[in-house]
Amino acid sequence: MNAFAQIKPPSVGCGNAPVLKQRGQREVFCGLTSIVWLHRKIQDAFFLVVGSRTCAHLLQSAAGVMIFAEPRFGTAILEEKDLAGLADANEELDREVERLLARRPDIRQLFLVGSCPSEVIKLDLSRAAERLTQAHAPQVRVLNFTGSGIETTFTQGEDECLASMVPVLPETDAEQLLLVGALPDVVEDQLVGLIEALGVPVVKALPSRNADTEVGIGPNTKFIVAQPFLGATAGALAGRGAQHLAAPFPFGEEGTTAWLRTIAEAFNVSPEKFDEVTAAPRARAQKAVAAASERLSGKSVFFFPDSQLEIPLARFLTRECGMTALEIGAPYIHRDLVSADLDLIAEGPVLSEGQDVDLQLDRCRAAKPDLTVCGLGLANPLEAEDLATKWAIELVFTPIHGYEQAGDLAALFAKPLKRREGLTL
Amino acid sequence: MKLTVWTYEGPPHVGAMRVATAMKGLHYVLHAPQGDTYADLLFTMIERRDHRPPVSYTTFQARDLGSDTATLFKESCKDAFDRFQPEAIIVGASCTAELIQDDPGGLSESMGLPVPVIPLELPSYQRKENFGASETFYEICRALSAPVERTPEITCNILGPTALGFRHRDDVVELSSILESLGIAVNVVAPLDATPADIQRLGVAHFNVMLYPETCETACRWLEREYKQPFTKTVPIGVGATRDFIAEVKAIAGLPDTVVDDSRLRLPWYSRSVDSTYLTGKRVFIFGDGTHAIAAARIAKEEMGFEVVGLGCYNREFARPVRACAKELGLEALITDDYLEVEAAIEALQPEMILGTQMERHIGKRLGIPCAVISAPVHVQDFPARFSPQVGWEGANVIFDTWVHPLVMGLEEHLLHMFREDFEFHDDAGASHHGSHTPAAQKRRVVEEKTDTPEPVIKDGVTWLAGAEKELRKIPFFVRGKARRNTEKFAVEQGVTSISIETLYEAKAHYAR
Ligand code: SF4
Ligand code: SF4
Repeated sequence: MNAFAQIKPPSVGCGNAPVLKQRGQREVFCGLTSIVWLHRKIQDAFFLVVGSRTCAHLLQSAAGVMIFAEPRFGTAILEEKDLAGLADANEELDREVERLLARRPDIRQLFLVGSCPSEVIKLDLSRAAERLTQAHAPQVRVLNFTGSGIETTFTQGEDECLASMVPVLPETDAEQLLLVGALPDVVEDQLVGLIEALGVPVVKALPSRNADTEVGIGPNTKFIVAQPFLGATAGALAGRGAQHLAAPFPFGEEGTTAWLRTIAEAFNVSPEKFDEVTAAPRARAQKAVAAASERLSGKSVFFFPDSQLEIPLARFLTRECGMTALEIGAPYIHRDLVSADLDLIAEGPVLSEGQDVDLQLDRCRAAKPDLTVCGLGLANPLEAEDLATKWAIELVFTPIHGYEQAGDLAALFAKPLKRREGLTL
Repeated sequence: MKLTVWTYEGPPHVGAMRVATAMKGLHYVLHAPQGDTYADLLFTMIERRDHRPPVSYTTFQARDLGSDTATLFKESCKDAFDRFQPEAIIVGASCTAELIQDDPGGLSESMGLPVPVIPLELPSYQRKENFGASETFYEICRALSAPVERTPEITCNILGPTALGFRHRDDVVELSSILESLGIAVNVVAPLDATPADIQRLGVAHFNVMLYPETCETACRWLEREYKQPFTKTVPIGVGATRDFIAEVKAIAGLPDTVVDDSRLRLPWYSRSVDSTYLTGKRVFIFGDGTHAIAAARIAKEEMGFEVVGLGCYNREFARPVRACAKELGLEALITDDYLEVEAAIEALQPEMILGTQMERHIGKRLGIPCAVISAPVHVQDFPARFSPQVGWEGANVIFDTWVHPLVMGLEEHLLHMFREDFEFHDDAGASHHGSHTPAAQKRRVVEEKTDTPEPVIKDGVTWLAGAEKELRKIPFFVRGKARRNTEKFAVEQGVTSISIETLYEAKAHYAR
């Protein structure tokens, strides 16, 4: 019998590389920021942050443009009088939720989202969620999760959100594959299409686009994670008896193939079938990456910590686009999820977790990378120092997973370099 | 607790950041969780600043709570001093740090740093961004200014411009040139580009120009008491206000009432020229911060010939002058920071134009009403590359252009009316450049096919008969929305359930002024 062709790892990967951990100012978003894409993905959900004016301002600034008449998120801003006594804050919350649901009958799921202020004053949102679920069932289900900056960094907000949904998923014995992560619909449809073409009987996604199409879970569920930051969700799913399929993440041709192959092996798909389904999109992806990565080849890249996508993306850039990674900074390294990617990155780059932004900027200036991947607060200042930058936030808002986006992903990194080449100033 | 979707103002520590980022040689140590560092991008992205704001955040985490957040604060303070060597430091707490009560002021004082350390107390759960900026600037003036001798010649300070201010960068340039034309030198501009050393010598000026009361009125009042420095009360936005401002400066400085060179000013002639006739009586709704809203109301009425149908501001601190201004216009001021209320007011009034903030621009987009932006909160568009002040002569010129831009130019409007039957101006034909590959004859046929047999359209229980719908399509696209709404409203009021051509023209006559 034929065996699956395996990826060739480097002789020494980064799996056991030492990790630089410094403690200082962290220049990262808090988990609330995830709401910006979560609310677009889950179409009948409202995200109610219980927080301060700062939280509202963050969401507004991260959402960038105020294009939605009344978006499906908002902030219940705590005021002086709420801080005086907790009983009041709960009553006030109930009242605001009441009003909100009366105005928005389209809402079927309400997420109460904890913030730093709500956590510091120990406002118990899980009790509030139970209370409000009783009050508004069956029309609306109320859940809670934390997006606070003292507990979560940026994409961890999505992790907390999805993890909060796991305990209330119905039980099922069906044999199925669960695809985990809030992907853009177009990407999700592509990946599900490929997996179904492999012959996997039932493919579901978490989160589902609305409450009515919700998935079940049980001992015959296998799940695969599409985003490297979903550690808590993976843990919760395993806790419900589902089986985790560990794989490199589906970025680039190689990553997508390895990810799909993991699924194929778990569902006893034959190598022939696998090749038949993947050959054409693989070839397309290889061609697209080759074209888009011309400018990247031989260049160096430095990652500031942002979304936890840094490790899989460094794997893609170093293995498929010919780049050299100088530093790969991640806000948090979730080994259970990213070790497959780490093993594939050849030794060499500094691996850092957490941040002291001033020291890291010193290292970046000294390393003089050809491309720096960083947050919006650092991009223009670094450009002013003549370092080319790529905004990390674009990587979480843009479809980048899978074969059909592999070329786009390389192009995202190539664009700042192309622009510099084209300008005469 | 109050549910908020979009906010006009950030928290007060963002106001403090606007002051710190505007200044040079000052550093802000902010006790705050990591997510609060988002505020940096306001400055680096919206304002395109090429430096990080001079702010060190302690970025404490849950595990630090109750143990060593105070130590963390002191470490951040020390690191910031060692690395940035500022001439002075301001310290404070964001909303979360305010709850854990570490007392940044006391902690930093105990460290014996060799530079002035100014503690800020900004109540995050009561106040907002403008207050934060104003209070920070006032505290900096109080801590750093010193009694000094006046200059022999007459000089003044320009106070109020900050980072992320609405056109503050250019306002300073324009204002300085007007003061120069009066023979008055500018001693210090602050906070924008001022150093702590500059603040120290504020007192050598003879008076202060209050450019932006939202951020400097408190400081101006204190300087008046402390150093007997009078300050100007008129903000010179608009022709009349600029003239009043100049008169005020002359009175304070004891200058003779000579003629001032305003040869750069074009607004008055542009407004009188015949092309502007169509501006007459345009119904405008004005909303912004208090200072810009009041200035806009005067310009709209006196200098553009508009009819002001609504006026309001989002910063409660300026409710009183805005109410007074509205009253003079025979209006009730709208004082709110809830954009849904503003939207409801605009919807009810159906103005022909909005003069507002970026929020109102979005409201206008949704309601199909043109909008010109007159005030913060700012957007990347509010930092144009070209010189575009709001104050002074050039400011008036810029305002004329900005306000007229969203409206269709007068002559063009007449032409569009004359040629409204011509397919080139027909909306279904699309913009000329979009359909440039389609032969004209073919395009015309498509249009005719489409418009020959319009289906009855039903809206709110009112039906548009085919003929009326067809007639409606002949009306130029930029007024059609209004014509449709007015006709439907008229029909509902008259109890008419199907709209004929007759109804359309009756409604037109009804709404004609
Ligand atoms: S870090 Fe905390 S206080 Fe700041 S915006 Fe995030 S949740 Fe709100
Ligand atoms: S027709 Fe199109 S391109 Fe021409 S001005 Fe209008 S929007 Fe711009």
